[in-house]
Amino acid sequence: MLKIENLEVAYGGIQALRGISLEVPDGKIVTLIGANGAGKSTTLRTISGLVKAKSGSVQYDGKELLGLPSNKILEAGIAQIPEGRRVFPNLTVLENLKVGAYLRSDKAEIEKDIKWVYELFPRLEERHWQLAGTLSGGEQQMLAVGRGLMSRPKMMMLDEPSLGLAPLVVQDIFSIIREINRQGVTILLVEQNANMALKTADTAYVLETGVITKSGTGLELLNDESIKEAYLGKTRT
Amino acid sequence: MIQQKKSSKANLIFILGLLVLIFVLEQVIPSSSMLLTVIKKSAIYALAAVSMNLLNGFTGLFSLGQAGFMLIGAYVYGILNIPVADRAAVYQYFDGGVIQFSIVDGLQGVLGSAVGLILGVLLSLIIAGLVAGVFAYLIGLPVLRFRGDYLAVATLGFAEIIRAFFQWDVLGPVTNGSNLLRKFANLDDFNIVSGGRVAVHLSTTVLVLIVVACILVITLIINSTYGRAFKAIRDDEVAAEAMGINLARHKMLSFVISAFFAGVAGGLLAMYQTTVQAMPFKTAMTYEILLIVVIGGIGSVTGSCISAFIFVGASEWWLRFLDMEKYNIGGLNILRPGFRKVVFSVAIMIIVLFFRKGIMGESELNIAGLGRWLKRVFTKKKAAPAAAEEGKNHG
Repeated sequence: MLKIENLEVAYGGIQALRGISLEVPDGKIVTLIGANGAGKSTTLRTISGLVKAKSGSVQYDGKELLGLPSNKILEAGIAQIPEGRRVFPNLTVLENLKVGAYLRSDKAEIEKDIKWVYELFPRLEERHWQLAGTLSGGEQQMLAVGRGLMSRPKMMMLDEPSLGLAPLVVQDIFSIIREINRQGVTILLVEQNANMALKTADTAYVLETGVITKSGTGLELLNDESIKEAYLGKTRT
Repeated sequence: MIQQKKSSKANLIFILGLLVLIFVLEQVIPSSSMLLTVIKKSAIYALAAVSMNLLNGFTGLFSLGQAGFMLIGAYVYGILNIPVADRAAVYQYFDGGVIQFSIVDGLQGVLGSAVGLILGVLLSLIIAGLVAGVFAYLIGLPVLRFRGDYLAVATLGFAEIIRAFFQWDVLGPVTNGSNLLRKFANLDDFNIVSGGRVAVHLSTTVLVLIVVACILVITLIINSTYGRAFKAIRDDEVAAEAMGINLARHKMLSFVISAFFAGVAGGLLAMYQTTVQAMPFKTAMTYEILLIVVIGGIGSVTGSCISAFIFVGASEWWLRFLDMEKYNIGGLNILRPGFRKVVFSVAIMIIVLFFRKGIMGESELNIAGLGRWLKRVFTKKKAAPAAAEEGKNHG
C-alpha cells in the first residue's frame, strides 16, 4: 500500500503541494483529478523521485521512498508512465519495451513479459520493428503503458493517459487499464478527463491548488453536485 | 532473430573478405602507393569517427573533445615506446627524460621480437586508451552537467587545454615539451623482413585489423543493454530516467568509452605518422572527424566508416589535381594551390544542404540487406515489362 502523509513540494518559491495525504490500497484503482496546475503531475513525479519534496512522507509497504533515486523507486515496484507518452521515437517498438525492462536481468522472464504485453496490445506485436515515432498517438500510449509494464511493477502510475487521444481510443486505453488492474497491478491514475477517470476508479481524490478538497469512491464523486459543476460540465439550472 | 544471425554472419564474411583484399593489395602494389596511405589514414579516422558517433550519435551528447583525447593516446603511446637507447637523442633538451623504459622493447627482450612487438603494441594501445579514459572521467565530472551547445563549447575548450598542457615546458622530461617524439615502434615494424628486403607486407593489414576489432567492440556495446540505454537518453532524458536509467552514470560511461577509443585511435595515428607532436591535434582535427560523422550519418557506424574513406581519399588523393597548375586546360587558370579546399567546402555545403541525414542516415550497411535490395531492384526491372504485357492483354 502506498501512503502519502502531509506531502509538501515547492518549485523555488511556488508551493505546488500544500500538505496532501492520500492512500493507494493494493489492487485498487485510485484516481487524482483536478484542474491544470492543481499539483497532480507533481504528486506523481514526487512519488517516482523525479522531484524532491520539501517535507512529508511517502511510504510504500512501510518503506520510506522520499530521498531515494528514481531507479530505487522503480525497483521497489512503482512504475510511472510519464505525461505525453514520451516513447523513444528513434527506437523500435521492441527496443522501447526492452528499455522498460532496463533494471531487470532475467532474460527468460523478460521474453515472457514481452509476450504478455503483446497479448494486451496485439497492435504492438504487429509493429514491433517500427520506430516508435512513426506510431499513431493511441499506439504510442499503448507502447508507453507496455513499456511501463516491462519493469513488472506492483503499482503503476499513469499521468493523463487520455491526453490528445480520440474518445474511442481513450475508451480502449481505459479498458486495458482495468484489465491490467484485474491482473493484479495497483493503479494510480491522474486525469483531466474526470468523467472517464471517476467511472474507472475505486477511490478518487480531488486536488485543487495543492490541497485535497474531496475524496470518496468514484461513484460518490461522480454524483457529487459540486464536482459535476466544476469538472463534469454540468450547467447551472 | 534467425535472419539477424544470418545477416551478421554475412557481414562478418564481408569484413574478413575486406581484410584479405587489403592483405593481397598490400603485397601487390608498392608500399608508397597513395591507396595504402589513404586506407591507413581512413581506418584511423574511421575509428575516431565511430568513437565520436557513439557519443554524439548514440548518446546525444554533442562533444568536441575528440582531438584532445586522440592527442593523449598518441602521446602515451609514444612516451611508453621510445627505446631506452634512443631516449637521450629524442629528449635532447631534457637530459633523456625521466621515463627510462620501453614497453615494446622490454617485452621483445623477454618474449622474442615478434610476440613482444604484438603484445607490446596492444598493451600500449590499451594503456593509451585507458589514460584518455581517465582524463575523460576527470573532465566529465564538471562538463557533463552541461547540455547541447554548452557541452560542445566546454569539451572544445578542454581539448585545447590538453594540447597546451602537453606542450608545457615543465612537463618536458615526460612529454618532451613541444618537440617531436619519435623512434617508437611503428606500423612498418610489423612487416616481415628477410634478407634486407620486406618479404611480407603487414603494416596496413595489422592497422586495419586493430581498427576492425575496436569498431566491432563499439558495435557490440551499441547493441547491448547499455547501448539501448544510451539511445534512450538521446531520445528522451526524462523518460529514460523514469525507466530507471541513471543519467549521470550512463553519460559518463559513454563519454569515457568514447575517449578510450579516441585514445586508441590517437595511438594508431602515432604509429602511422611515426612521430608525435601536439601541434596537429587542433580543433581542426575534431572538425574533420565531426564532418566524417555528419557526412556518414549521425547514428550510423558503417556510415562513419564509409565516409572516413571518402573524406580522407578526397582530401589526400582524388582532389589533389585541383591544387596543381599543370592540369589547367585551355588558358583557364583556376587550378592553383589551395583551390582543392574551395571545391571541398562547396562539396560539404552541398552535402549539408541536400543530404541532411548523411550517406546512411541512421541505418547500417548490411550485406544481406544489400543483397535483398539488389535482388528487388533487378526483379522489378524484369517484372515491370511483364506486368505491362499483362496489362495490355487485359485491355
